[in-house]
Amino acid sequence: MLGYTLRRMASAIPTIFIIVTLTFFAIRIAPGGPFDLERPLDPLILANLQRAYNLDAPLWQQYLIYLGNLVQGDLGPSFTRRDFSVNDLFAQGLPVSILLGSLALLAAAIMGTFLGAVAALRQNSWLDNAIVAIATLGITTPNFVIAPLLSLLFGVVLGILPAGGWSDSNPAYWILPIVTLALPQVAVIARLVRGATVEALRANHVRTARAYGLPGRVVVGVHALRAAMLPTVSYLGPTAAALLTGSVVVETIFGLPGIGRYFVQGALGRDYTLVMGTVVVIAVFVVLFNLLVDLAYAWLDPRVRYD
Amino acid sequence: MPKTAISDHQGDYKKMKKRDLLTASALALVLSVAAASAETVMNRGNDTDPASLDPHQTQTVSESRVLNDLLEGLATVDADGKVIPGMAESWDISEDGTVYTFHMRDAKWSNGDPVTANDFDYSLHRIMDPATAAGYASILFPIKNGEAVAGGNMPLDQLGVRAIDDKTLEITLENPTPYFIQLLTHQSALPVHKASVDEFGNQFTRAGNMVTNGAYMLDSFTPNDKLVMVKNPNYYNADKVAIDRVNWIPFDDISACMRRFQASEVSICSDVPGEQMDYVKANLADALHVSPYLGTFYLPIKGAEGSPLKDARVRKALSMAIDRDFIAEQVWAGTMLPSYTLVPPGISNYVDGGITVDYADTDLFDREDEAKELLEEAGVAPGSLTIELRYNTSENNKNTMAAVADMLKNIGVNATLNEVEGTTYFNYLREGGQFDVARAGWIGDYDDPQNFLMLYTSDTPFNYPRWKNPDYDALMAKAAATTDLTERANVLSDAEKLLLDQQPIIPILSYSSRALVASNVEGYHDNLLNDHLTQWLSLN
Repeated sequence: MLGYTLRRMASAIPTIFIIVTLTFFAIRIAPGGPFDLERPLDPLILANLQRAYNLDAPLWQQYLIYLGNLVQGDLGPSFTRRDFSVNDLFAQGLPVSILLGSLALLAAAIMGTFLGAVAALRQNSWLDNAIVAIATLGITTPNFVIAPLLSLLFGVVLGILPAGGWSDSNPAYWILPIVTLALPQVAVIARLVRGATVEALRANHVRTARAYGLPGRVVVGVHALRAAMLPTVSYLGPTAAALLTGSVVVETIFGLPGIGRYFVQGALGRDYTLVMGTVVVIAVFVVLFNLLVDLAYAWLDPRVRYD
Repeated sequence: MPKTAISDHQGDYKKMKKRDLLTASALALVLSVAAASAETVMNRGNDTDPASLDPHQTQTVSESRVLNDLLEGLATVDADGKVIPGMAESWDISEDGTVYTFHMRDAKWSNGDPVTANDFDYSLHRIMDPATAAGYASILFPIKNGEAVAGGNMPLDQLGVRAIDDKTLEITLENPTPYFIQLLTHQSALPVHKASVDEFGNQFTRAGNMVTNGAYMLDSFTPNDKLVMVKNPNYYNADKVAIDRVNWIPFDDISACMRRFQASEVSICSDVPGEQMDYVKANLADALHVSPYLGTFYLPIKGAEGSPLKDARVRKALSMAIDRDFIAEQVWAGTMLPSYTLVPPGISNYVDGGITVDYADTDLFDREDEAKELLEEAGVAPGSLTIELRYNTSENNKNTMAAVADMLKNIGVNATLNEVEGTTYFNYLREGGQFDVARAGWIGDYDDPQNFLMLYTSDTPFNYPRWKNPDYDALMAKAAATTDLTERANVLSDAEKLLLDQQPIIPILSYSSRALVASNVEGYHDNLLNDHLTQWLSLN
């Protein structure tokens, strides 16, 4: 198991290297640069700035400098937020995104599994139909609709929660963003769990367990649900990576200092290093969570072994 | 204390108070609650975070809002946007208008150091130093040798700035520049604290490192969250500053600011969503501030070689066909004013009421007829000319250009739309890219017509059509050398008449500033430069 984990981690390095290289050159294809604002700069001044940021060097040289710094864990200076390095920005923003993302993920996993299992056990009842209908609505309603509605309802009309903003210490500010992030995931997970549970309940090993006369809650809880978790777990891997690295829409609408906005802000402002940094962080999260999913498989499914 | 003034920190105190009331620390906490409640806090919305708090690395309006609270230049502005003495309590101007002698007031930095003439001597040299790579150094080119120094063609010590002693600063200019004091209120002329720049290098703007001389000090800055400032006890006017703590909150999404305004979480929004103007007028009429702003929205015209657009008559015909009133009222919901001139109304140092364009008051149908005649004279048959209208992504730009395209159809000119993402768009224009008709906007840096008319002198990067006219350049040069303000205004107005007669640009709107201001905010006076320093505001 340990050997497998180490091998997987080593194989992630070339993956990330390829992602970094492709991104580095892809973003340079976009016309314009970090200093192209609505008010053009004096050419003299533009030359000074490009020199200061090494942008006057040949592209391959800039690439080597970037790689060299990256290996040392330095993501470089931000072009559009000049008082901060990209590392500073992530040090401030990543904890916020991870906090919100993991709470949303936890809420979605618990709620989704519960609703999905209930729907499967009461298959084709009115409860099942209601859960499936709500889940479908949850999947199809985009968060840029849900977020302002929640903010208007709870922040402006009812006035019981902040309409936006952030506080590290006051969870009242966390509730609406978490709900917005979790809702579509609850819906997806509920549907996945329902489908897998319905199937697992008909599986041979569950029928065998029933034939042994095991009590219903053991059959469902230990034997059926455990098998039913497999598709959910493989869904949760990439989802966790996405949730924990922040959401542009949710952060913009609620005004949260996570890292989700940096990718879009960086891309629009041609903040090369900020875009690169975001890509690196997301790539690391995706690789990490895929590894965790594979390890979880071994634990959930007795047939899977890594040696 | 009003609801808007409760910061989340105080909310925390309240919760802690309940929980820990019976513990030994209760007394201390009650005391801190009392202290915190006495504090007046204002949450102010801003368009976006500052790219930097180093004034020499900034150029936008949203940065100036924050910086003008933290730092104060030789001159500053009052609640009405009028220039008043700042760190200099007075100044003398030499007979020929080229040497300014500033007499410093007794003022301190937030760490207690005195503010001296040397601080400004250092700061003005720093922004012009090519090594600083200051994006907006060019605005200070009126200072003697400024352009040569910033371009690295002359040593830094040749810059026309020197501290005669701690209390006296002398600035020498290239030419008499009647707007020079105005210019000193721009963020590029704000001072930085030399000792902390030397000690912390590019980290000198961090909270804890930054030393300021304005009404506020930096408490913390979390990107995309808020920038917190607290009152500077060493500020010379500190006893008149009513707001103790300012939370500047960036809003990428203007609607988000409006929701938080309605939830009384924010006292001022720096903009209003244009597409919700009807709702705002109906429901937030008392809070809505729409006021003329020193800026112009215009359409530069270029055209390929040999295109009819190279003919001034054709350009004039296009201009005549555009119904500015419709665009201002319908597309922009009355938040912009119709305009025919590049220099916006209400500007200082200009001819009374600005210049007038002869067809501005003509009925639109007559204008269209006249435009068709002009096209015919220029040999453009109806329906034979198709032009592309290019604009940067924005709902209002798109609607404006769609309206323009419709209007041009009335004089037999076909127009297609081409929407381009912002950075790409401005890069293309700056690089001298080819286009037919584009859109551009300009917000004045200082209250003087030169700041607008200089855009169309030959060889400025702002001159997107790359229009060159030696007479225009000569008039601008003459204005720069003219000290008599009336005479200068006349020369500048001649230049603008020439510009609008040749019509390389079609001005269509002048900007308004839009804001939401809570009813308990005092001291927010609408002004042309949209300057609202927090030190002039109070909450009741």
